[in-house]
Amino acid sequence: MPMAGLVLVVAFVLLALLGPLVTGDPAEQDYLATLAAPSGAHPMGTDDLGRDAFARIAHGAQVSLQAGVLSTLLAMVVGIPIGLVAGFYRRWLDPIVMRLVDVTLAFPFLVFAVGLAAIIGPSLKGVVLALGFSQLPAIIRITRGEVLAVREMDYVAAAIADGSGDGHIIFRYVLPNCASPLIVQATVAIPAAIIGEATLSFLGLGVQPPTPSWGVMLTTAQQYLSDAPWLAVWPGLMIALATLGFNLLGDGLRDVLDPRSHR
Amino acid sequence: MILRIDNLVKHYGPVRAVDGLSLEIGEGEVLGLVGESGSGKSTVGKCVLRLTEPTSGTIELAGRDITHLQRRAMRPLRRDVHMVFQDPFSSLNPRFSIERIVAEPLLRHKVTDRREVSRRVGAMLERVGLRQEMRKRFPHELSGGQRQRVGLARALILEPKLVVADEPVSALDVSVQASVLNLITDLQRDMGFSCLFITHDLSVVEFLADRIAVMYLGRIVESGPTADIFAGPRHPYTQALLSAAPVADPVKQRERRRIVLGGDVPSPLDPPPGCRFHTRCPLAYDECRVTEPLLNDPRGGGHPAACHLVTADRVPDAALPR
Amino acid sequence: MSLLEITNLKVSFDTEDGQVQAVRDISLSLDEGEILALCGESGCGKSVTAMSVPRLLPPETTRLSGSIKLDGRELTTLPEAEMRKVRGKTVSVVFQEPMTSLNPSFTVGYQIAEVLRRHEGLSRQAAARRAVELLELVGIPAPARRVKEYPHQLSGGMRQRVMIAIAVACSPRVLIADEPTTALDVTIQAGVLDVFRDLRDRLGTAIILITHDLGVVADIADRAVVMYAGRAVEQAPVGGLFAGPRHPYTLGLMNALPSAAVDGRLAEIPGLVPSPLSDPDECAFQDRCARAQADCRLSRPPLTHQADDHLAACFHPGGQS
Repeated sequence: MPMAGLVLVVAFVLLALLGPLVTGDPAEQDYLATLAAPSGAHPMGTDDLGRDAFARIAHGAQVSLQAGVLSTLLAMVVGIPIGLVAGFYRRWLDPIVMRLVDVTLAFPFLVFAVGLAAIIGPSLKGVVLALGFSQLPAIIRITRGEVLAVREMDYVAAAIADGSGDGHIIFRYVLPNCASPLIVQATVAIPAAIIGEATLSFLGLGVQPPTPSWGVMLTTAQQYLSDAPWLAVWPGLMIALATLGFNLLGDGLRDVLDPRSHR
Repeated sequence: MILRIDNLVKHYGPVRAVDGLSLEIGEGEVLGLVGESGSGKSTVGKCVLRLTEPTSGTIELAGRDITHLQRRAMRPLRRDVHMVFQDPFSSLNPRFSIERIVAEPLLRHKVTDRREVSRRVGAMLERVGLRQEMRKRFPHELSGGQRQRVGLARALILEPKLVVADEPVSALDVSVQASVLNLITDLQRDMGFSCLFITHDLSVVEFLADRIAVMYLGRIVESGPTADIFAGPRHPYTQALLSAAPVADPVKQRERRRIVLGGDVPSPLDPPPGCRFHTRCPLAYDECRVTEPLLNDPRGGGHPAACHLVTADRVPDAALPR
Repeated sequence: MSLLEITNLKVSFDTEDGQVQAVRDISLSLDEGEILALCGESGCGKSVTAMSVPRLLPPETTRLSGSIKLDGRELTTLPEAEMRKVRGKTVSVVFQEPMTSLNPSFTVGYQIAEVLRRHEGLSRQAAARRAVELLELVGIPAPARRVKEYPHQLSGGMRQRVMIAIAVACSPRVLIADEPTTALDVTIQAGVLDVFRDLRDRLGTAIILITHDLGVVADIADRAVVMYAGRAVEQAPVGGLFAGPRHPYTLGLMNALPSAAVDGRLAEIPGLVPSPLSDPDECAFQDRCARAQADCRLSRPPLTHQADDHLAACFHPGGQS
């Protein structure tokens, strides 16, 4: 199963990187074939403006990949150091960080996304910022929890006895031994962000037409659900497959990353 | 003196883990610190390594007061003291190779010449009886006994003056334990380090300690040369401890007089007033409930005990309750 | 006839690495009122052997063959519903870890009474009364007060006594105790061992004591079985076993004890335990054994009588010392 996940994720990345090279212009309109069913010329059919659905799916994959990876990266880059420092040093810092995390968790994600869209305008940048911020509490929590467990291990005490400084202990002992749950978390966060991007774009808070995005495609498809159901099937299927792929990959990584599993 | 601890106190919140403990370890001496769970013996080791901040008292390592040294100031002094841990599974970083684990103390103390590091790691691994092909292995590929050997190599590679060993063989099977104990004895004899050997197992300290200190509820109740403690324990608790450990000989074991202690070890949250042992002591009398006996040595021989009943001409016998 | 008769028991577990042979072939018997010690080092199969009796091994991955007869009744083929009546009533178990074996949400009195009501059909009041008696039996002071307490209010030694009280609540014929004192301090251990001795003397309970501690064996057992690599290598009444161990492994274990040091050195047993995945037809101990000769590699020595009641599986057994 992890292999299936890897295949799906690689296929998804290839679609995002290479797909746009082979497909036509996603904005090109074919007025003779609006809402056309899948055919040789348009393997996934066309939308209400006669745009090729396959081209839009391929270009939309880029948006989804960016939204998923960039927002998760953002959350990790900001969240892991905060979690590391809070968990390792505890003292006064830890309770402050954890209360802030609680406050962030209590803040409704959509309200935040709407606010952000109002300030910087609905765009991919806004989507990445909003999704990154929404993932932050989970990353901080997981990092902190792992750090708390790892720093009680005897090998950390031994590292202190070796004469190691805090930086060395954090980067050589604590972080590597916290890494696997974080990487697994990333494989959960990326598909969640892909769905999040689709949601925001569907609601008009994210990527704006005519830029193709799976969420935008779903918005359009909703209006023609009875006439051209395939318009909803493709983006829906893609979101489901991308999500499944990352989750399966995460399960596999969990096993591979455990040093005890190597024989 | 390599280690001198004076009136050490360590409280974790309301828990009085160590509550006024003094001991000394001379050059090349092995001191067995014996106690049951909750006696505070492991906390003493952590304080000596400055893995935890002592509440009060003084700890002197090779003549230098390290009690409240900042972490950074403590770092160069860590050449002189290292530790061997109980759990062979959690004491080695799973992400480091054996070579790296043993090299770490060298690297942290600015020995960076690669050939020099490699040579010293190789020599140390050989000394602890590990083959060179172990270098590239990872901890999870080793048995419990092999891991403890790696732990010893790491602790000894800087040739420290003092090694704190916290139950280093308790997690091992008897046959593996025997080879690790032999190894510790050999290394100690060859390298001449002093050792604070913390354990609950009397037979282990009888085997390798020069002197023994017995702890009960955060304090030392008796200390003295190993042979003297085993031949003539003075404190009723030591007597009970010795009589409770079963010997592997059914004839002797079934004929032994046993001292069965009533009740449980009181909570270190709220140690009893007077003598801390009085709630379980078969010999306790009125004064024990009021006045705390101090470690003193009226009979001489460097064998003090903290019991009102130990006097110049009398040693209590817990097997004969009054 | 013995109370419990285990014949040619073999137990293996399916794992990712293959079939782990935990118990390769063991036969033993237990008499009424006897304390039998199963001893050996980790992985020798002592716990698996004992846990096969109440069938407490995971059924999905366990492969078991051989016969286990209790009072002449075969247990290995008993339907699960019948087996449930045997467990806790005829055969009961005391585990090593007294904290995790008790339910933290109920008072100890309730937990004892529950067993009595389920197996003996006692009324609520009768069960509660009996719970107090049982706590008294296992040496817990002020039992009437203790029944109302929760596990976390008790010390480790007291919890282990409660576990024993639960185990003997229905007066089992066989009590299996798996390292029951290993997690306890020595001054507490002595008291718990006294409880076992007392149960045997007063109720005639037969006890299988699983332990790695030869001191405990010497203290309490009538007879001992020393196991190595899934087989019994020596079996004898403890007097004879300690006075004259015949199998070199038994001798090695005794000499490896710190108290057996000679001139400041302990006798080591060189080498490692053989892989549990294979089972060649040779003495499993031969490559660690000082007495090994060519014949030890050609076939497996059977467990044979060395003297009355004293069996050892060795072609070159030691004499009586």
